[in-house]
Amino acid sequence: MAELNIQELERRFQEKIDNDIRIEPNDWMPERYRQTLIRQISQHAHSEIVGMLPEGNWITRAPNLRRKAVLLAKVQDEAGHGLYLYSATETLGADREETIDDLHSGKAKYSSIFNYPTLSWADMGAVGWLVDGAAIMNQVPLCRCSYGPYARAMVRVCKEESFHQRQGFEIMMKLAAGSEEQKAMAQDALNRFWWPALMMFGPPDADSKHTAQSMAWKIKRNTNDELRQQMVDITVPQAEMIGLTIPDPDLKWNEEKGGYDFGEIDWDEFWNVVKGNGPCNKERVEARRKAKENGEWVREAANAYAAKQKMKKAS
Amino acid sequence: MNTLFEYLVRLGDDSLILGHRLSEWCGHGPILEEDIAMTNIALDLVGQATSILKYAGEVEGKGRSEDDIAFLRYEREYKNALLVEQPNDDFGVTMMRQFLFDAFRKPLFEQLTQSSDEQLAAIAEKSLKETKYHLKHSAEWVIRLGDGTDESHDRVQSALNDLWRYTDELFFTDEVDADLEAKGIIFSSEELKASWSEMVKNVLNQATLTIPDNGWQHDGGRRGLHSEHLGYILAELQYMQRAYPGMEW
Ligand SMILES: [Fe+2]
Ligand SMILES: [Fe+2]
Ligand SMILES: [Fe+2]
Repeated sequence: MAELNIQELERRFQEKIDNDIRIEPNDWMPERYRQTLIRQISQHAHSEIVGMLPEGNWITRAPNLRRKAVLLAKVQDEAGHGLYLYSATETLGADREETIDDLHSGKAKYSSIFNYPTLSWADMGAVGWLVDGAAIMNQVPLCRCSYGPYARAMVRVCKEESFHQRQGFEIMMKLAAGSEEQKAMAQDALNRFWWPALMMFGPPDADSKHTAQSMAWKIKRNTNDELRQQMVDITVPQAEMIGLTIPDPDLKWNEEKGGYDFGEIDWDEFWNVVKGNGPCNKERVEARRKAKENGEWVREAANAYAAKQKMKKAS
Repeated sequence: MNTLFEYLVRLGDDSLILGHRLSEWCGHGPILEEDIAMTNIALDLVGQATSILKYAGEVEGKGRSEDDIAFLRYEREYKNALLVEQPNDDFGVTMMRQFLFDAFRKPLFEQLTQSSDEQLAAIAEKSLKETKYHLKHSAEWVIRLGDGTDESHDRVQSALNDLWRYTDELFFTDEVDADLEAKGIIFSSEELKASWSEMVKNVLNQATLTIPDNGWQHDGGRRGLHSEHLGYILAELQYMQRAYPGMEW
Protein backbone atom coordinates (compact mmCIF):
# COMPACT_ATOMS: atom_id res chain seq x y z
CA MET A 1 0.00 0.00 0.00
CA ALA A 2 2.68 2.47 1.09
CA GLU A 3 4.68 1.41 -1.95
CA LEU A 4 1.81 2.33 -4.23
CA ASN A 5 1.40 5.65 -2.51
CA ILE A 6 5.01 6.54 -3.10
CA GLN A 7 4.71 5.63 -6.73
CA GLU A 8 1.65 7.81 -7.02
CA LEU A 9 3.39 10.66 -5.22
CA GLU A 10 6.39 10.34 -7.50
CA ARG A 11 4.15 10.37 -10.54
CA ARG A 12 2.41 13.54 -9.41
CA PHE A 13 5.73 15.10 -8.56
CA GLN A 14 7.14 14.40 -12.01
CA GLU A 15 3.92 15.68 -13.57
CA LYS A 16 4.39 19.01 -11.78
CA ILE A 17 7.96 19.16 -12.97
CA ASP A 18 6.94 18.38 -16.53
CA ASN A 19 4.34 21.14 -16.39
CA ASP A 20 6.91 23.60 -15.03
CA ILE A 21 5.14 23.96 -11.69
CA ARG A 22 7.60 24.98 -8.99
CA ILE A 23 8.29 22.68 -6.07
CA GLU A 24 8.06 24.49 -2.74
CA PRO A 25 9.56 23.52 0.65
CA ASN A 26 6.38 21.95 2.03
CA ASP A 27 5.55 19.95 -1.10
CA TRP A 28 6.23 16.26 -1.20
CA MET A 29 9.47 15.45 -3.04
CA PRO A 30 11.49 12.30 -3.63
CA GLU A 31 14.32 11.90 -1.15
CA ARG A 32 16.88 11.76 -3.95
CA TYR A 33 15.60 15.07 -5.34
CA ARG A 34 15.99 16.61 -1.89
CA GLN A 35 19.49 15.18 -1.46
CA THR A 36 20.57 16.27 -4.93
CA LEU A 37 19.42 19.80 -4.24
CA ILE A 38 21.04 19.94 -0.81
CA ARG A 39 24.30 18.77 -2.36
CA GLN A 40 24.13 21.23 -5.25
CA ILE A 41 22.94 24.27 -3.30
CA SER A 42 25.38 23.76 -0.44
CA GLN A 43 28.24 23.34 -2.92
CA HIS A 44 27.12 26.55 -4.49
CA ALA A 45 26.97 28.28 -1.08
CA HIS A 46 30.46 27.03 -0.20
CA SER A 47 31.75 28.32 -3.53
CA GLU A 48 30.43 31.80 -2.77
CA ILE A 49 32.10 31.81 0.63
CA VAL A 50 35.41 30.24 -0.37
CA GLY A 51 35.31 32.54 -3.39
CA MET A 52 35.63 35.53 -1.06
CA LEU A 53 39.18 34.51 -0.22
CA PRO A 54 41.05 34.89 -3.53
CA GLU A 55 39.48 38.31 -4.06
CA GLY A 56 39.66 39.33 -0.42
CA ASN A 57 43.38 38.79 -0.94
CA TRP A 58 43.63 42.01 -2.97
CA ILE A 59 41.30 44.43 -1.18
CA THR A 60 44.03 45.95 0.97
CA ARG A 61 46.27 46.25 -2.12
CA ALA A 62 43.73 47.62 -4.60
CA PRO A 63 45.41 50.29 -6.73
CA ASN A 64 42.99 53.15 -6.06
CA LEU A 65 40.04 54.05 -3.87
CA ARG A 66 37.38 53.43 -6.48
CA ARG A 67 38.66 49.93 -7.29
CA LYS A 68 38.96 49.19 -3.60
CA ALA A 69 35.33 50.17 -3.01
CA VAL A 70 34.07 48.16 -5.98
CA LEU A 71 36.01 45.09 -4.90
CA LEU A 72 34.73 45.38 -1.32
CA ALA A 73 31.18 45.68 -2.62
CA LYS A 74 31.66 42.63 -4.81
CA VAL A 75 33.09 40.46 -2.07
CA GLN A 76 30.31 41.60 0.24
CA ASP A 77 27.78 40.47 -2.38
CA GLU A 78 29.40 37.04 -2.46
CA ALA A 79 28.93 36.71 1.30
CA GLY A 80 25.29 37.66 0.78
CA HIS A 81 24.94 34.99 -1.91
CA GLY A 82 26.37 32.44 0.48
CA LEU A 83 23.86 33.48 3.08
CA TYR A 84 20.78 33.13 0.84
CA LEU A 85 22.02 29.83 -0.46
CA TYR A 86 22.60 28.40 3.01
CA SER A 87 19.05 29.55 3.81
CA ALA A 88 17.80 27.74 0.72
CA THR A 89 19.44 24.52 1.95
CA GLU A 90 17.69 25.02 5.29
CA THR A 91 14.31 25.02 3.52
CA LEU A 92 15.22 21.46 2.52
CA GLY A 93 15.91 20.47 6.10
CA ALA A 94 19.71 20.83 6.06
CA ASP A 95 21.52 22.41 9.00
CA ARG A 96 23.77 25.35 8.10
CA GLU A 97 26.49 24.58 10.62
CA GLU A 98 26.59 20.88 9.70
CA THR A 99 26.77 21.81 6.04
CA ILE A 100 29.70 24.10 6.80
CA ASP A 101 31.43 21.38 8.82
CA ASP A 102 31.23 19.15 5.75
CA LEU A 103 33.16 21.78 3.85
CA HIS A 104 35.81 21.93 6.54
CA SER A 105 36.20 18.16 6.74
CA GLY A 106 36.63 17.97 2.97
CA LYS A 107 33.42 15.97 2.52
CA ALA A 108 31.65 18.77 0.65
CA LYS A 109 33.11 20.30 -2.49
CA TYR A 110 33.15 23.85 -3.82
CA SER A 111 34.06 25.26 -7.19
CA SER A 112 37.64 24.25 -7.97
CA ILE A 113 38.43 27.58 -9.56
CA PHE A 114 38.93 29.07 -6.10
CA ASN A 115 41.85 26.75 -5.51
CA TYR A 116 43.93 28.84 -7.88
CA PRO A 117 45.90 31.73 -6.40
CA THR A 118 45.38 35.41 -7.20
CA LEU A 119 48.88 36.63 -7.94
CA SER A 120 48.42 40.08 -9.38
CA TRP A 121 45.90 42.89 -9.52
CA ALA A 122 44.96 41.71 -13.02
CA ASP A 123 43.63 38.53 -11.43
CA MET A 124 40.81 40.66 -9.98
CA GLY A 125 39.95 41.46 -13.57
CA ALA A 126 40.26 37.90 -14.80
CA VAL A 127 38.23 36.50 -11.91
CA GLY A 128 35.38 38.95 -12.41
CA TRP A 129 35.36 38.63 -16.16
CA LEU A 130 35.81 34.85 -16.48
CA VAL A 131 34.80 33.32 -13.16
CA ASP A 132 31.76 35.47 -12.50
CA GLY A 133 31.10 35.29 -16.24
CA ALA A 134 31.03 31.49 -16.10
CA ALA A 135 28.97 31.64 -12.91
CA ILE A 136 26.32 33.71 -14.70
CA MET A 137 26.19 31.22 -17.53
CA ASN A 138 25.70 28.42 -15.03
CA GLN A 139 23.20 30.34 -12.97
CA VAL A 140 20.91 32.05 -15.47
CA PRO A 141 19.27 28.71 -16.32
CA LEU A 142 18.97 28.02 -12.57
CA CYS A 143 16.55 30.94 -12.30
CA ARG A 144 14.12 28.46 -13.90
CA CYS A 145 15.13 25.59 -11.61
CA SER A 146 12.20 23.45 -10.48
CA TYR A 147 12.86 24.15 -6.79
CA GLY A 148 11.25 27.50 -5.91
CA PRO A 149 13.58 28.86 -3.19
CA TYR A 150 16.68 28.08 -5.26
CA ALA A 151 15.23 29.60 -8.41
CA ARG A 152 14.26 32.78 -6.56
CA ALA A 153 17.65 33.07 -4.87
CA MET A 154 19.25 32.76 -8.32
CA VAL A 155 17.24 35.64 -9.77
CA ARG A 156 18.65 37.94 -7.13
CA VAL A 157 22.15 36.48 -7.35
CA CYS A 158 22.32 36.75 -11.15
CA LYS A 159 21.62 40.47 -11.09
CA GLU A 160 24.63 40.99 -8.85
CA GLU A 161 26.80 38.55 -10.78
CA SER A 162 26.41 40.61 -13.90
CA PHE A 163 27.77 43.65 -12.05
CA HIS A 164 30.68 41.45 -10.94
CA GLN A 165 31.38 40.32 -14.46
CA ARG A 166 31.32 43.90 -15.75
CA GLN A 167 33.64 45.25 -13.09
CA GLY A 168 36.10 42.46 -13.91
CA PHE A 169 35.95 43.10 -17.62
CA GLU A 170 36.39 46.80 -16.97
CA ILE A 171 39.57 46.11 -14.98
CA MET A 172 40.92 44.00 -17.86
CA MET A 173 39.96 46.59 -20.44
CA LYS A 174 41.77 49.30 -18.54
CA LEU A 175 44.89 47.15 -18.15
CA ALA A 176 44.87 46.04 -21.77
CA ALA A 177 44.78 49.69 -22.82
CA GLY A 178 47.51 50.63 -20.36
CA SER A 179 51.29 50.41 -20.18
CA GLU A 180 53.37 47.45 -21.32
CA GLU A 181 53.54 46.17 -17.73
CA GLN A 182 49.78 46.44 -17.39
CA LYS A 183 49.13 44.61 -20.66
CA ALA A 184 51.53 41.86 -19.68
CA MET A 185 49.83 41.56 -16.29
CA ALA A 186 46.42 41.24 -17.97
CA GLN A 187 47.61 38.65 -20.50
CA ASP A 188 49.28 36.61 -17.77
CA ALA A 189 46.06 36.59 -15.74
CA LEU A 190 44.06 35.46 -18.77
CA ASN A 191 46.61 32.73 -19.47
CA ARG A 192 46.32 31.38 -15.95
CA PHE A 193 42.52 31.63 -15.58
CA TRP A 194 41.27 30.65 -19.04
CA TRP A 195 41.41 26.89 -18.75
CA PRO A 196 40.32 26.66 -15.11
CA ALA A 197 37.35 28.90 -16.03
CA LEU A 198 36.31 26.46 -18.76
CA MET A 199 36.61 23.63 -16.25
CA MET A 200 34.04 25.41 -14.07
CA PHE A 201 31.23 23.87 -16.13
CA GLY A 202 32.21 20.44 -14.89
CA PRO A 203 33.34 17.27 -16.65
CA PRO A 204 32.35 16.55 -20.25
CA ASP A 205 28.75 15.36 -20.65
CA ALA A 206 29.88 11.81 -21.29
CA ASP A 207 31.50 11.66 -17.82
CA SER A 208 28.99 13.71 -15.87
CA LYS A 209 27.22 11.32 -13.53
CA HIS A 210 24.51 13.70 -12.30
CA THR A 211 23.48 15.46 -15.49
CA ALA A 212 20.75 13.19 -16.86
CA GLN A 213 18.74 12.92 -13.64
CA SER A 214 19.17 16.62 -12.84
CA MET A 215 17.88 17.52 -16.27
CA ALA A 216 14.84 15.25 -15.90
CA TRP A 217 14.08 17.00 -12.60
CA LYS A 218 14.69 20.40 -14.20
CA ILE A 219 17.29 21.25 -11.60
CA LYS A 220 19.63 21.64 -14.52
CA ARG A 221 18.53 23.00 -17.88
CA ASN A 222 21.66 22.68 -20.02
CA THR A 223 24.48 20.19 -20.17
CA ASN A 224 28.01 21.05 -19.10
CA ASP A 225 29.30 21.02 -22.66
CA GLU A 226 26.51 23.26 -23.94
CA LEU A 227 27.29 25.87 -21.30
CA ARG A 228 31.03 25.60 -21.91
CA GLN A 229 30.52 26.21 -25.62
CA GLN A 230 28.38 29.24 -24.83
CA MET A 231 31.13 30.61 -22.57
CA VAL A 232 33.77 30.26 -25.27
CA ASP A 233 31.56 31.83 -27.92
CA ILE A 234 30.79 34.85 -25.76
CA THR A 235 34.25 35.37 -24.33
CA VAL A 236 36.48 35.05 -27.38
CA PRO A 237 35.16 38.21 -29.10
CA GLN A 238 35.47 40.10 -25.80
CA ALA A 239 39.15 39.17 -25.55
CA GLU A 240 39.67 40.20 -29.17
CA MET A 241 37.95 43.50 -28.56
CA ILE A 242 40.41 44.49 -25.84
CA GLY A 243 43.42 43.03 -27.61
CA LEU A 244 44.18 40.01 -25.41
CA THR A 245 44.97 36.55 -26.74
CA ILE A 246 43.10 33.44 -25.61
CA PRO A 247 45.83 30.90 -24.69
CA ASP A 248 44.56 28.18 -27.01
CA PRO A 249 46.36 27.48 -30.31
CA ASP A 250 43.48 25.25 -31.44
CA LEU A 251 40.84 27.93 -31.10
CA LYS A 252 39.10 28.38 -34.45
CA TRP A 253 35.75 29.68 -35.67
CA ASN A 254 33.60 26.88 -37.04
CA GLU A 255 31.19 28.35 -39.57
CA GLU A 256 29.12 25.19 -39.77
CA LYS A 257 28.29 24.96 -36.06
CA GLY A 258 28.23 28.74 -35.63
CA GLY A 259 30.62 28.53 -32.72
CA TYR A 260 34.28 28.14 -31.88
CA ASP A 261 36.17 24.88 -31.86
CA PHE A 262 38.59 24.86 -28.98
CA GLY A 263 41.46 22.78 -27.66
CA GLU A 264 41.42 19.79 -25.37
CA ILE A 265 40.87 20.58 -21.69
CA ASP A 266 43.36 18.99 -19.31
CA TRP A 267 40.90 16.90 -17.30
CA ASP A 268 43.72 15.34 -15.30
CA GLU A 269 44.40 18.77 -13.88
CA PHE A 270 40.70 19.21 -13.15
CA TRP A 271 40.36 15.93 -11.25
CA ASN A 272 43.62 16.54 -9.47
CA VAL A 273 42.36 19.88 -8.14
CA VAL A 274 39.00 18.34 -7.23
CA LYS A 275 40.88 15.71 -5.23
CA GLY A 276 42.55 18.43 -3.20
CA ASN A 277 45.85 18.92 -5.00
CA GLY A 278 45.27 22.39 -6.43
CA PRO A 279 47.69 25.16 -5.52
CA CYS A 280 45.45 26.57 -2.76
CA ASN A 281 43.04 23.80 -1.66
CA LYS A 282 44.71 23.44 1.69
CA GLU A 283 44.90 27.18 2.37
CA ARG A 284 41.29 27.85 1.38
CA VAL A 285 39.76 25.19 3.60
CA GLU A 286 42.18 26.03 6.39
CA ALA A 287 41.19 29.71 6.25
CA ARG A 288 37.50 28.85 6.52
CA ARG A 289 38.10 26.32 9.28
CA LYS A 290 40.12 28.86 11.26
CA ALA A 291 37.44 31.53 10.80
CA LYS A 292 34.92 29.18 12.35
CA GLU A 293 37.26 28.07 15.11
CA ASN A 294 38.29 31.63 16.01
CA GLY A 295 34.66 32.66 15.98
CA GLU A 296 33.51 29.95 18.34
CA TRP A 297 33.76 32.11 21.49
CA VAL A 298 31.92 34.92 19.70
CA ARG A 299 29.01 32.68 18.75
CA GLU A 300 28.89 31.22 22.27
CA ALA A 301 28.81 34.73 23.72
CA ALA A 302 26.02 35.80 21.39
CA ASN A 303 23.97 32.75 22.37
CA ALA A 304 24.63 33.22 26.07
CA TYR A 305 23.67 36.88 25.85
CA ALA A 306 20.47 36.09 23.94
CA ALA A 307 19.54 33.47 26.53
CA LYS A 308 20.09 35.96 29.38
CA GLN A 309 17.91 38.54 27.64
CA LYS A 310 15.17 35.99 27.16
CA MET A 311 15.29 35.09 30.86
CA LYS A 312 15.11 38.75 31.82
CA LYS A 313 12.08 39.27 29.63
CA ALA A 314 10.34 36.22 31.04
CA SER A 315 10.86 37.25 34.69
CA MET B 1 49.54 76.37 7.18
CA ASN B 2 46.29 75.52 5.39
CA THR B 3 44.34 74.50 8.47
CA LEU B 4 41.29 73.19 6.63
CA PHE B 5 43.48 70.94 4.51
CA GLU B 6 45.23 69.65 7.61
CA TYR B 7 41.93 68.99 9.37
CA LEU B 8 40.45 67.16 6.38
CA VAL B 9 43.50 64.93 6.15
CA ARG B 10 43.15 63.98 9.81
CA LEU B 11 39.46 63.25 9.32
CA GLY B 12 39.97 61.37 6.05
CA ASP B 13 42.90 59.33 7.30
CA ASP B 14 40.85 58.01 10.22
CA SER B 15 38.35 56.60 7.71
CA LEU B 16 41.01 55.35 5.34
CA ILE B 17 43.09 53.47 7.88
CA LEU B 18 40.20 52.00 9.83
CA GLY B 19 38.58 50.93 6.54
CA HIS B 20 41.83 49.19 5.68
CA ARG B 21 41.94 47.38 9.00
CA LEU B 22 38.34 46.21 8.72
CA SER B 23 38.82 44.96 5.19
CA GLU B 24 41.56 42.67 6.48
CA TRP B 25 38.73 40.65 8.06
CA CYS B 26 37.08 39.96 4.73
CA GLY B 27 36.40 36.23 4.45
CA HIS B 28 37.62 35.49 7.98
CA GLY B 29 34.75 36.78 10.14
CA PRO B 30 33.39 34.75 13.08
CA ILE B 31 30.00 34.40 11.37
CA LEU B 32 28.87 35.08 7.85
CA GLU B 33 26.61 37.92 8.95
CA GLU B 34 29.66 39.66 10.45
CA ASP B 35 31.66 39.18 7.27
CA ILE B 36 28.90 41.10 5.58
CA ALA B 37 28.62 43.76 8.29
CA MET B 38 32.36 44.41 8.58
CA THR B 39 32.79 44.58 4.81
CA ASN B 40 29.88 46.97 4.67
CA ILE B 41 31.39 49.25 7.31
CA ALA B 42 34.77 49.10 5.56
CA LEU B 43 33.03 50.12 2.36
CA ASP B 44 31.40 53.11 4.08
CA LEU B 45 34.75 54.16 5.53
CA VAL B 46 36.51 53.91 2.18
CA GLY B 47 33.69 55.99 0.71
CA GLN B 48 34.13 58.62 3.42
CA ALA B 49 37.88 58.68 2.88
CA THR B 50 37.26 59.20 -0.82
CA SER B 51 35.00 62.22 -0.43
CA ILE B 52 36.99 63.78 2.40
CA LEU B 53 40.39 63.41 0.72
CA LYS B 54 38.98 64.57 -2.60
CA TYR B 55 37.82 67.73 -0.88
CA ALA B 56 41.19 68.03 0.88
CA GLY B 57 42.85 68.01 -2.56
CA GLU B 58 40.55 70.78 -3.76
CA VAL B 59 41.19 72.85 -0.64
CA GLU B 60 44.93 72.39 -1.04
CA GLY B 61 44.76 73.56 -4.63
CA LYS B 62 47.87 71.75 -5.86
CA GLY B 63 46.05 69.44 -8.22
CA ARG B 64 46.31 66.34 -6.03
CA SER B 65 43.48 63.83 -6.38
CA GLU B 66 42.01 61.77 -3.55
CA ASP B 67 44.13 58.85 -4.76
CA ASP B 68 47.32 60.92 -4.78
CA ILE B 69 46.65 61.86 -1.18
CA ALA B 70 45.52 58.42 -0.05
CA PHE B 71 48.33 56.45 -1.69
CA LEU B 72 51.31 58.70 -2.24
CA ARG B 73 52.29 60.27 1.05
CA TYR B 74 55.11 59.25 3.34
CA GLU B 75 54.41 57.79 6.74
CA ARG B 76 54.88 61.02 8.68
CA GLU B 77 52.28 62.73 6.50
CA TYR B 78 49.44 60.42 7.57
CA LYS B 79 47.41 62.05 10.36
CA ASN B 80 45.03 59.35 11.60
CA ALA B 81 44.58 58.73 15.31
CA LEU B 82 46.68 55.89 16.72
CA LEU B 83 43.53 54.00 17.71
CA VAL B 84 42.50 53.16 14.14
CA GLU B 85 45.85 51.69 13.13
CA GLN B 86 45.91 49.20 16.01
CA PRO B 87 45.82 45.58 14.78
CA ASN B 88 42.55 43.67 14.49
CA ASP B 89 43.64 40.94 16.86
CA ASP B 90 40.46 39.02 17.79
CA PHE B 91 36.88 40.04 17.09
CA GLY B 92 36.59 41.53 20.59
CA VAL B 93 39.48 43.92 19.99
CA THR B 94 38.09 44.85 16.57
CA MET B 95 34.63 45.60 17.95
CA MET B 96 35.97 47.51 20.95
CA ARG B 97 38.20 49.62 18.69
CA GLN B 98 35.22 50.23 16.44
CA PHE B 99 32.93 51.17 19.30
CA LEU B 100 35.39 53.63 20.88
CA PHE B 101 35.83 55.21 17.45
CA ASP B 102 32.15 55.24 16.41
CA ALA B 103 31.16 56.80 19.73
CA PHE B 104 33.52 59.67 18.82
CA ARG B 105 32.55 59.99 15.17
CA LYS B 106 28.80 60.15 15.69
CA PRO B 107 28.80 63.33 17.80
CA LEU B 108 31.61 64.69 15.63
CA PHE B 109 29.58 64.35 12.44
CA GLU B 110 26.54 65.73 14.27
CA GLN B 111 28.56 68.85 15.04
CA LEU B 112 30.00 69.09 11.55
CA THR B 113 26.57 69.07 9.89
CA GLN B 114 26.41 72.63 11.31
CA SER B 115 29.75 73.64 9.83
CA SER B 116 30.02 77.01 8.09
CA ASP B 117 31.88 75.10 5.38
CA GLU B 118 29.08 73.77 3.20
CA GLN B 119 31.06 71.01 1.60
CA LEU B 120 32.20 69.67 4.97
CA ALA B 121 28.65 69.91 6.29
CA ALA B 122 27.39 67.86 3.34
CA ILE B 123 30.05 65.20 3.86
CA ALA B 124 29.15 65.08 7.56
CA GLU B 125 25.46 64.70 6.77
CA LYS B 126 26.05 61.63 4.66
CA SER B 127 28.66 60.14 6.98
CA LEU B 128 26.45 60.65 10.01
CA LYS B 129 23.80 58.32 8.61
CA GLU B 130 26.41 55.63 8.11
CA THR B 131 28.06 56.22 11.47
CA LYS B 132 24.80 55.85 13.37
CA TYR B 133 24.49 52.37 11.95
CA HIS B 134 28.15 51.57 12.69
CA LEU B 135 27.75 52.70 16.29
CA LYS B 136 24.59 50.68 16.79
CA HIS B 137 26.38 47.62 15.46
CA SER B 138 29.58 48.00 17.48
CA ALA B 139 27.80 48.98 20.71
CA GLU B 140 25.54 45.95 20.44
CA TRP B 141 28.54 43.69 20.05
CA VAL B 142 30.40 45.25 22.96
CA ILE B 143 27.35 44.63 25.12
CA ARG B 144 26.85 41.09 23.84
CA LEU B 145 30.47 40.15 24.34
CA GLY B 146 30.79 41.91 27.69
CA ASP B 147 27.65 40.32 29.07
CA GLY B 148 27.99 37.01 27.19
CA THR B 149 30.21 34.25 28.59
CA ASP B 150 33.12 34.52 31.05
CA GLU B 151 35.52 34.08 28.20
CA SER B 152 34.00 36.78 26.04
CA HIS B 153 33.81 39.11 29.03
CA ASP B 154 37.51 38.64 29.76
CA ARG B 155 38.52 39.04 26.15
CA VAL B 156 36.60 42.24 25.59
CA GLN B 157 37.65 43.65 28.96
CA SER B 158 41.27 43.09 28.04
CA ALA B 159 40.60 44.75 24.66
CA LEU B 160 39.27 47.76 26.51
CA ASN B 161 42.28 47.81 28.83
CA ASP B 162 44.63 47.78 25.86
CA LEU B 163 42.81 50.33 23.73
CA TRP B 164 41.84 52.81 26.40
CA ARG B 165 45.23 54.53 26.19
CA TYR B 166 44.45 55.66 22.65
CA THR B 167 41.11 57.31 23.38
CA ASP B 168 42.18 60.76 24.60
CA GLU B 169 43.90 61.37 21.33
CA LEU B 170 40.52 61.40 19.59
CA PHE B 171 39.98 64.77 21.30
CA PHE B 172 43.43 66.15 20.54
CA THR B 173 43.40 69.78 19.50
CA ASP B 174 46.08 72.21 18.40
CA GLU B 175 46.28 75.46 16.44
CA VAL B 176 44.54 73.78 13.48
CA ASP B 177 41.40 73.21 15.51
CA ALA B 178 41.59 76.60 17.21
CA ASP B 179 41.71 78.35 13.86
CA LEU B 180 38.80 76.38 12.37
CA GLU B 181 36.72 76.73 15.50
CA ALA B 182 37.13 80.49 15.36
CA LYS B 183 35.77 80.36 11.80
CA GLY B 184 32.77 78.24 12.75
CA ILE B 185 34.00 75.37 10.58
CA ILE B 186 34.38 72.96 13.48
CA PHE B 187 33.15 73.03 17.08
CA SER B 188 34.15 72.48 20.67
CA SER B 189 36.14 69.36 21.36
CA GLU B 190 35.09 69.47 25.03
CA GLU B 191 31.45 69.02 24.08
CA LEU B 192 32.49 66.19 21.86
CA LYS B 193 34.33 64.51 24.66
CA ALA B 194 31.36 64.93 26.96
CA SER B 195 29.00 63.17 24.52
CA TRP B 196 31.58 60.46 23.92
CA SER B 197 32.11 59.84 27.64
CA GLU B 198 28.42 59.57 28.27
CA MET B 199 27.89 57.09 25.45
CA VAL B 200 30.93 55.05 26.41
CA LYS B 201 30.01 54.87 30.09
CA ASN B 202 26.47 53.89 29.28
CA VAL B 203 27.43 51.09 26.89
CA LEU B 204 30.31 49.75 28.99
CA ASN B 205 28.01 49.71 31.95
CA GLN B 206 25.44 47.62 30.08
CA ALA B 207 28.29 45.41 28.95
CA THR B 208 29.37 44.92 32.60
CA LEU B 209 32.84 46.21 31.68
CA THR B 210 35.10 48.43 33.77
CA ILE B 211 37.00 51.45 32.50
CA PRO B 212 40.67 50.86 33.34
CA ASP B 213 42.30 53.28 35.74
CA ASN B 214 45.49 53.28 33.70
CA GLY B 215 45.85 57.02 33.27
CA TRP B 216 48.56 57.21 30.62
CA GLN B 217 47.37 58.35 27.20
CA HIS B 218 49.30 58.24 23.95
CA ASP B 219 49.18 60.73 21.15
CA GLY B 220 51.16 61.67 18.08
CA GLY B 221 48.96 60.47 15.24
CA ARG B 222 47.58 63.92 14.47
CA ARG B 223 51.15 65.17 14.04
CA GLY B 224 52.19 62.17 11.94
CA LEU B 225 53.98 60.32 14.70
CA HIS B 226 52.65 56.76 14.54
CA SER B 227 53.04 53.31 16.02
CA GLU B 228 55.10 50.73 14.14
CA HIS B 229 51.90 49.28 12.71
CA LEU B 230 51.25 52.06 10.24
CA GLY B 231 54.30 51.33 8.11
CA TYR B 232 53.02 47.84 7.31
CA ILE B 233 49.55 49.13 6.52
CA LEU B 234 51.09 51.58 4.06
CA ALA B 235 53.30 48.92 2.52
CA GLU B 236 50.13 47.08 1.48
CA LEU B 237 47.97 50.08 0.78
CA GLN B 238 50.55 51.73 -1.45
CA TYR B 239 52.01 48.64 -3.08
CA MET B 240 50.46 49.05 -6.52
CA GLN B 241 50.95 52.81 -6.72
CA ARG B 242 54.59 52.49 -5.69
CA ALA B 243 55.37 49.47 -7.90
CA TYR B 244 53.69 50.96 -10.99
CA PRO B 245 54.06 54.71 -10.63
CA GLY B 246 51.85 57.03 -12.62
CA MET B 247 49.55 54.41 -14.12
CA GLU B 248 45.79 54.38 -14.31
CA TRP B 249 43.68 51.53 -13.08
FE1 LIG C 1 28.23 35.11 -6.15
FE1 LIG D 1 27.61 32.03 -7.69
FE1 LIG E 1 30.15 37.08 -8.14
